[in-house]
Amino acid sequence: MADPMKIRATLQGDVADVRILMLHPMETGQRRDAKGEIVPLHFIQSVVVTHNGKTVLDAQWSQAVSRNTFLELRIKGAKAGDKISVTWMDNKGDKRTDEATVAAAS
Amino acid sequence: MNRFRRGFLKLAGGLGALAAAGGTALLRPMAAWAAPWNKAGFESKAFADALKSLGAASATESRDITITAPDIAENGAVVPIAVTSRIPGTQQISILAEKNPFPLAATFDVAGGGEGHVSVRIKMGQTSDVWAVVKADGRFFSAKREVKITVGGCG
Repeated sequence: MADPMKIRATLQGDVADVRILMLHPMETGQRRDAKGEIVPLHFIQSVVVTHNGKTVLDAQWSQAVSRNTFLELRIKGAKAGDKISVTWMDNKGDKRTDEATVAAAS
Repeated sequence: MNRFRRGFLKLAGGLGALAAAGGTALLRPMAAWAAPWNKAGFESKAFADALKSLGAASATESRDITITAPDIAENGAVVPIAVTSRIPGTQQISILAEKNPFPLAATFDVAGGGEGHVSVRIKMGQTSDVWAVVKADGRFFSAKREVKITVGGCG
């Protein structure tokens, strides 16, 4: 099972600034290991972000996205305490969902 | 999976059209979960083909798209790219690195309260233009920005 994501959502006015860190190797299928063998493709294909159960971002990625990916997005009309849920799925069918709540502006 | 599906469909075809339809639906769990992965686009090696797969071959240039990226990135494995679209009705944002082995890096479908802003880190093999392609109200707009790479991040 994959490592948990780090999600931070902070309110700026009525816009929530959501920052997500996904721990994933994101192998390109071009790198060789110490034995000179190609490391097979292994990357996150899709990411879905929902705000109170409603999809706000549906991303499709290629292997060109960096390792241990950082993703930032903004959600309009958010309030403190709103639920943000993030799900990713990789090309091997591995999945992970994590949730966070929107924090009030500090 | 494709090989299995082909075999499965052949088998199901013998049992009748109804079974075949059921089989196709069963073997596509992704479709219900998210937009289908743009396989053709992500696997195209030419920049023009990747644009075509998005349907954006004739995108117009727009000043309402801002790409925030470093002018010089020392490490091609981690190039922070942020795209902000101020075009009303932004539905989709794609990020492409023109000279990457597979130019299309990411596509973001924005819906509901999602604002036209995404920030992500990508890998780049060499110095190249980074393109942001935005779909708004069924029309395509683009912007580009050159990023110089000191050490490539593909291998």
